[in-house]
Amino acid sequence: MSTVKATALPPFQFVFEKHANAVLTFLNGAVGVSEAEDCFQETMLSALRAYPRLGDGSNLRGWLLTIARRKAIDAHRARARRPSPVADPDPGAVVDTHAEPDDGLWDQVRGLPSKQRKAVVLRFAGDKSYPEIAAVMSTTQDSARQSVHEGLKKLRRELR
Amino acid sequence: MTVDLAMTNRFLERAEAKGLVDVAVSTMDSPVGTLLLMATPRGLVRIAFDYENRDEVLGEVATRLSPRILDAPRRLDAVRRQLDRYFAGTLRDFNVPIDWSLTGDFARKVLRRTARIPYGSVESYADVAVGVGTPRGYRAVGNALGSNPIPVVVPCHRVVRTGGAIGGYGGGLPRKRWLLALEKG
Repeated sequence: MSTVKATALPPFQFVFEKHANAVLTFLNGAVGVSEAEDCFQETMLSALRAYPRLGDGSNLRGWLLTIARRKAIDAHRARARRPSPVADPDPGAVVDTHAEPDDGLWDQVRGLPSKQRKAVVLRFAGDKSYPEIAAVMSTTQDSARQSVHEGLKKLRRELR
Repeated sequence: MTVDLAMTNRFLERAEAKGLVDVAVSTMDSPVGTLLLMATPRGLVRIAFDYENRDEVLGEVATRLSPRILDAPRRLDAVRRQLDRYFAGTLRDFNVPIDWSLTGDFARKVLRRTARIPYGSVESYADVAVGVGTPRGYRAVGNALGSNPIPVVVPCHRVVRTGGAIGGYGGGLPRKRWLLALEKG
């Protein structure tokens, strides 16, 4: 054990039990189901590594979601760097019967400008309140509300 | 969206492999009730009987040692195997590393001395007080034994009153009687 000192943080086991689902839900929306677990594992390991040095344990959910958001951004960057080996498949050629009914919608969500995308994902995949969204995005509640509103407006236009 | 058991286990294994688990937690069934076992990389640090609240025990260890506490059953495999054999009457002496970080200097002295009382025999509080060099401190010895963070493995149940009365036990007298009867065979 590296540091033995008094702290009021709860055991990480409880933090994991309480917030793991919210983190995974957020990541499913942010990076898609296929990459969500990798991001989830990295989020939780980073959090565990940093945990004893976390001064303020009052918003552990917001803290975890902030780490998850950084991992999601890393995953997006890594994906952008990967060359696509062949031409994109004809979307009509493959019928994926296992696709989630929402897939088309989430694709549209992924296409939103970054601020709107994060706000919409936090609101509807993460089921966050506006104060929570504002905390995770380091912005005001009004601005969080505005981003969700703009994002939804854009989605409605595109899906029409 | 829920995190399933396989995903949780993959996380716990990676956390342990990367050395990020300061306190590993596990439980086991025993004839004296479910035992909560905790170990640091240095050794066994805490055993709690089931009359203690799991969340409170974990919370206390988080505050006193480190909040990086996770379920990591494998680290406690050796302890669990030895306890199983002890409860079956086939193991007399535990051979597991102990982490004494939850005990103060005096209590540690008392408990180390207690750990040398042989299987199946008993000593009085006064004997132990003499043994640690404070012949008149048998009351303090009683307190130290009562605060034993590693009961059963550190056998504070082997300390009884002068004259043979059973004395006290942090885990309750029925458990103390059961353990003494087990060791009498």
